[in-house]
Amino acid sequence: MNPQFEHLYQALTKVDGYIYPNEIELSWSILIVLYPFITGLVAGAFILASLERVFNVKSLKPTYVIALLTAFAFMLVATMPLIFHLGQPLRFWEIMITPHLTSAMAIFGFVYLWYLMVVLLLEIWFDYRADMVVWSKEATGLKKWLYKIFSLGISDVSPESRRWDDKLGYIVTVIGIPSAFLLHGYVGFIFGSIKANPWWSTVMMPVIFLFSAMVSGIALVMLVFMIVNYIRKQKIDMLCLDTIAKYLFYIIIIDFTLESLDQIHRFYEAEESFEIISLLMSGKLFVTLLIFQVLIGMIIPVISLGTMQFYKPKEKIRQGIYLVTGILVLVGIFFMRWNVVIGGQLFSKSFYGFTSFKLALIGPEGFLMASIWLIIPFLILAFLLWLFPPWKKTQEEHVSVE
Amino acid sequence: MPIQLKRLLILGVVLVSIFLILKYLMTPESFGQYGHYRGKALDEVAAYPTKYVGSETCYDCHDSIVLAKSEGPHSGIGCESCHGPGFKHIEDPETEKLDKPNTRAFCAHCHAFNKARSEKAITQQNILEHNPEDNCTECHNPHQPQQ
Ligand code: HEC
Ligand code: HEC
Ligand code: HEC
Ligand code: HEC
Repeated sequence: MNPQFEHLYQALTKVDGYIYPNEIELSWSILIVLYPFITGLVAGAFILASLERVFNVKSLKPTYVIALLTAFAFMLVATMPLIFHLGQPLRFWEIMITPHLTSAMAIFGFVYLWYLMVVLLLEIWFDYRADMVVWSKEATGLKKWLYKIFSLGISDVSPESRRWDDKLGYIVTVIGIPSAFLLHGYVGFIFGSIKANPWWSTVMMPVIFLFSAMVSGIALVMLVFMIVNYIRKQKIDMLCLDTIAKYLFYIIIIDFTLESLDQIHRFYEAEESFEIISLLMSGKLFVTLLIFQVLIGMIIPVISLGTMQFYKPKEKIRQGIYLVTGILVLVGIFFMRWNVVIGGQLFSKSFYGFTSFKLALIGPEGFLMASIWLIIPFLILAFLLWLFPPWKKTQEEHVSVE
Repeated sequence: MPIQLKRLLILGVVLVSIFLILKYLMTPESFGQYGHYRGKALDEVAAYPTKYVGSETCYDCHDSIVLAKSEGPHSGIGCESCHGPGFKHIEDPETEKLDKPNTRAFCAHCHAFNKARSEKAITQQNILEHNPEDNCTECHNPHQPQQ
């Protein structure tokens, strides 16, 4: 058979009911699932750090810098799945140099650069500037030069200059919170604003994305915090860990409520698209939505974290529970992105049929490629922790800015 | 002004200038010609070889089939929806053969029972029960299926 033809009829075997011709193959696959997942981790980790700083939550202090570095490591990779999905290695940068205000996709360049350069980098820089000056005197070789370059040649470590660091860093943080909201709200907006797709098109989408981002970001910081402590063979600051878990618990509840509200609204309105959406939820998305996203990603964590609020078992057991819960939450949020991105393309806009999606193992949109983009941020993070070890910072306390 | 701010401002100016220079140098020439995209992209797409050549082309050599089909119920279906893209075949019909999709499963793509399709739009058959021993084309002419 003619190969193109064969491909078409092969593809047709995955189709149920009536669908439009351009709906057979999903145009957005796992890399586009990763994009909101990774940006969500960035926004969530950053928001955790900022809240700690702005609301001065003392017990979270040990995670402040870790959260910022985590956000930064993931931010550097956040665009990569998109760029690789475009499959245009020779002109992918055009998305960055041709931002545009009237298209939600083209405004990406502005949103990303603003957040990366103006907010995240600056906040980390102000936090580390004085330390880098000190380290540049102690370190040798490459490290010394990196510190010199990164501190922009400033060698002032007087209390006066540190107060400025703090003041300016604080201002950046205050600007940063709405920016982080903007960054991830924006990602939700991209889906929420597609009016042709009833699974996506809801004003709740940016809000849901934001809160699920916070859930995943906090869970990630909690895990990184524990892992860093295990590796450094340090005793974990349990007060801090309990506090993160407490925040995680609260935010999951808010997220859960918002998502349920969205679904209840959909059920009650029961618009013309409702039938296909309920078939979608009870059929093609049953496992990823009800099992992974809701049961594993929300209900079990809410129960386990909720129990920890009343009943505190021994530290080792608590750590184990937090570790497992953190992983479950991350899995759950990953599948939340999956259900949005993949789920939204599985049913036909005619509302009369479905296509299906099978994840390939290899290939540019395959499982291995996706895993690479999830592993690289951790390598970057390890490098950042080596170059900017938070535990060697000379000055832990922020001078409060009143 | 603290020294940090001064240095950052300088850095900021440098970065913004780099951005502007890059934007100036790297933005493709034809960008913005028609809209917020590369104008040349249209030419590039237009330059792709056409793979479906259209049923009129087939008339040059297979006029009897084209005419037969135009009188039967399959008149609304292009030759290439069943035979596949014909761009190579019309150049060199002797070596570049098209498919002759002569299987029951093939006709079933369109004629099998399908709740999502209206019976008015397309006649449907229970493929498992409708003369299961033979190929559809034993009894139906694919180009003029009434007979
Ligand atoms: C330039 C003349 C020409 C044109 C135009 C042409 N064909 Fe043909 N076609 C032939 C010839 C000659 C044969 C017989 C080849 C043989 O039997 O070796 C043939 C054979 C075929 C066959 C049978 C192949 C086989 O395996 O027996 C099919 C099917 C076919 N053509 C379909 C089409 C369709 C569909 C189109 C329009 C897209 C088309 N042809 C346009 C000349 C042409
Ligand atoms: C509904 C699907 C369908 C359409 C539409 C269709 N064909 Fe066919 N055609 C077939 C099948 C099936 C065969 C194989 C018949 C057989 O082997 O008995 C075939 C065979 C042929 C052959 C081989 C000669 C023969 O009679 O066995 C030619 C030539 C051909 N078609 C040309 C055309 C042209 C030209 C058109 C457009 C006017 C066209 N076909 C439209 C299904 C189709
Ligand atoms: C691309 C979809 C398609 C394919 C493939 C197709 N058909 Fe059809 N067929 C139609 C349409 C559309 C009609 C006209 C609407 C109707 O009357 O059902 C039709 C009509 C018919 C009819 C006449 C029905 C009537 O009401 O008189 C027969 C018989 C038929 N096809 C047989 C076949 C056979 C045999 C094949 C396989 C060689 C085939 N069809 C492949 C779409 C298709
Ligand atoms: C043994 C010969 C034979 C075979 C093989 C056969 N059919 Fe038929 N088909 C008929 C006859 C005779 C009729 C008309 C009587 C009837 O409606 O049952 C018919 C009717 C039809 C009709 C309805 C036409 C109408 O006017 O209502 C369709 C559609 C059809 N066949 C499609 C197919 C398809 C698709 C296949 C292959 C999967 C196939 N047939 C195989 C003999 C055959």
